[in-house]
Amino acid sequence: MLSRPHLRIAAFSTAVIASVAFSGSALAQKKYDTGATDTEIKIGNIMPYSGPASAYGVIGKTEEAYFKMVNDNGGIKGRKINFISYDDGYSPPKAVEQVRKLVESDEVLVVFNPLGTPSNTAIQKYLNSKKVPQLFVATGATKWNDPKNFPWTIGWQPSYQSEARIYAKYLLKEKPDGKVAILYQNDDFGKDYLKGLKDGLGAKASMIIAEESYETTEPTIDNHIVKLKSTGADVFLNIATPKFAAQAIKKVHEVDWKPLHIVTNVSASVGGVMKPAGLEASQGVLSAAYAKDGADPQWSSDADFKKWIAFVDKYMPGADKNDGSIVFGYGVAQTLVKTLEMCGDDLTRANVMKQAASLKDFTPDTLLPGVKINTSATDFAPISQLQMMRFKGEKWDLFGDIISGDLSN
Amino acid sequence: MSAVQETVTQAPALDAVPKRAITLSLGTSLAVLVLLLAFPLFVKNFIIFQMTTVLIYAIAVLALNILTGGSGQFSLGQSAFYALGAYTSAILIEHADMNYALTLPIAGLICFVAGFLFGLPALRLSGVYLALATFALATAMPQLLKLGFIEHWTGGVQGLVVTKPDAPFGLPISQDVWLYYFTLAISIAIYVAAVNLLKSRSGRALMAIRDNEIAASAMGVDVAMYKTLAFGVSAGITGIAGGLGAIAVQFVAPDSYTIQLAIALFLGMVVGGVGWLPGSIVGAAFIVFVPNIAEGISKGLSGAVFGVLLFIVIFLVPHGARQVALVAQSLIGKIRRN
Repeated sequence: MLSRPHLRIAAFSTAVIASVAFSGSALAQKKYDTGATDTEIKIGNIMPYSGPASAYGVIGKTEEAYFKMVNDNGGIKGRKINFISYDDGYSPPKAVEQVRKLVESDEVLVVFNPLGTPSNTAIQKYLNSKKVPQLFVATGATKWNDPKNFPWTIGWQPSYQSEARIYAKYLLKEKPDGKVAILYQNDDFGKDYLKGLKDGLGAKASMIIAEESYETTEPTIDNHIVKLKSTGADVFLNIATPKFAAQAIKKVHEVDWKPLHIVTNVSASVGGVMKPAGLEASQGVLSAAYAKDGADPQWSSDADFKKWIAFVDKYMPGADKNDGSIVFGYGVAQTLVKTLEMCGDDLTRANVMKQAASLKDFTPDTLLPGVKINTSATDFAPISQLQMMRFKGEKWDLFGDIISGDLSN
Repeated sequence: MSAVQETVTQAPALDAVPKRAITLSLGTSLAVLVLLLAFPLFVKNFIIFQMTTVLIYAIAVLALNILTGGSGQFSLGQSAFYALGAYTSAILIEHADMNYALTLPIAGLICFVAGFLFGLPALRLSGVYLALATFALATAMPQLLKLGFIEHWTGGVQGLVVTKPDAPFGLPISQDVWLYYFTLAISIAIYVAAVNLLKSRSGRALMAIRDNEIAASAMGVDVAMYKTLAFGVSAGITGIAGGLGAIAVQFVAPDSYTIQLAIALFLGMVVGGVGWLPGSIVGAAFIVFVPNIAEGISKGLSGAVFGVLLFIVIFLVPHGARQVALVAQSLIGKIRRN
């Protein structure tokens, strides 16, 4: 294989090569790993700014804006956050390349909130072998809570399984004699929910009388709904991504089936699911939430949420407040800042990981009142509480207590 | 197809030295080889990893070059064969505990068969219609990989994590450096084989088909056989590149092998120069590094910046790296004469 040397040199010159020593220097009390100094903390991130999942790119932009706000207010104990975010286009090979660039070339302290189950799976082994924290990943898969095998990887949002267990708890309480019919998407997302539900129902898993799976390639899922209705079930679990969830809500209404109907948090968007399905068809549908809704007027007088509104107005002018990604990005960025504050002057990778696993009753501004972030050396699932909600009129009404998705409670 | 013919007829030096048309001179080849060999001594592991990626893509671009530059057939479906090779290697390594090096010839063989079989019906199509048929293959591949009944082996949407090989015989080098040299050795072997193939009787038959199918068949060339063979060889080499890619990235998932990969490989071939084999590595470097440069200029508009850069390249050097090389060669020649 042959090449033009000068072309290669030109290409390499774009890669920034920093010269920071690898081991932490032994200054009095202050301890640093690569990526942290007296004046700066380098945070790495990968996001799909392009490609099929580029809608999530807003999360990265929100985080960047949040850290700008933190820096404007003096940084973390005088240290400014240097947020380096690269595009992985939702492609696992690109994710590996970009993360290696962050760790080996930019020399970041941690890789924070990388998005997507495939991308995170691709980089997990590498980051764990390099002992670089893979902090607060942006995916709902359950496998991130595995401190024994992957002590450098920690999740953030509630896992699909914990959410499903909350529905199971609700059903056991409200409809212990119910006959449950389930429609689920035939992939890791659908199967995670199914497992969570069965675990949650435990001995009463026999309540499930029908399971139907669908492929995302199917144009419509109408026939599944008709089939599920014919089983005589009076509870319907709609484990589908937004497009199919909307189709299901509509069809259930059309065939005049009136079960207790639950949709997942993934498909609880008013604009993306409930309105397209038809507001009339959506009345009374149940779901669960852990964060406040930017479009819901009830939070506009909430003291904590006012901070979020002020942040969006000042640092992201013109952004769409209905976009759940801004609420998400703000909450997770605030969790990182809290973790770094807890680290004090010991900014080593091991200590960052230790502090991330020592969050006690932490409440970012954007989480529902009562939902708290708790982690420990054996619990790497920061958020595991949600609150049930019912669709009424044109919005979700929260009801009942905050429920934990942990199996033990 | 006319674009290919154009490239061939318009490059002036081609007629004078036909053997040089697809390669570099021996001196230049050796110089580049020494550079590639010495390269890992001076840079960080991350850049070595990037260079390994470039070499792997270069193999895949070379495979496409044999198909398009050699036999004049278009393919937008190379990502499907790349995926097939990657999954073959990954499954054999993870489920059958096979040595990673042994999985590559198997990946190549399976892809050769797949490409040959796909080439049979595809023969009836030519030009843009063949490009469309292969496009369909590339679009279908990620979904096929998610199918339920093979999920036990493929890992479904979750993909499959592959163990990265250590350097053998206790060599004191890092995994990245070892993988780089391993990939380099395979690249050189494939490059030499490809050059020999195109210079051989079969290669001349392929080029005759490319230039004029009717004339070729009148001269006694078995058009159907050679066209299918070109498809098979190209798919087989792409499969080896896919297998290497799986080992280097340590992960395979359906999302890694979308139509975007096929388009990137096509782009790499055009930028490197259609039919000019050494251009493959230049094209591969383009598709690995230029998106990063584009992102460095503007994150929100990285796609647009990439488009502008591509446009500039196509506009200034429509025949890709080959044109640059030819200009450089004639300049050096002039200096020598003076």
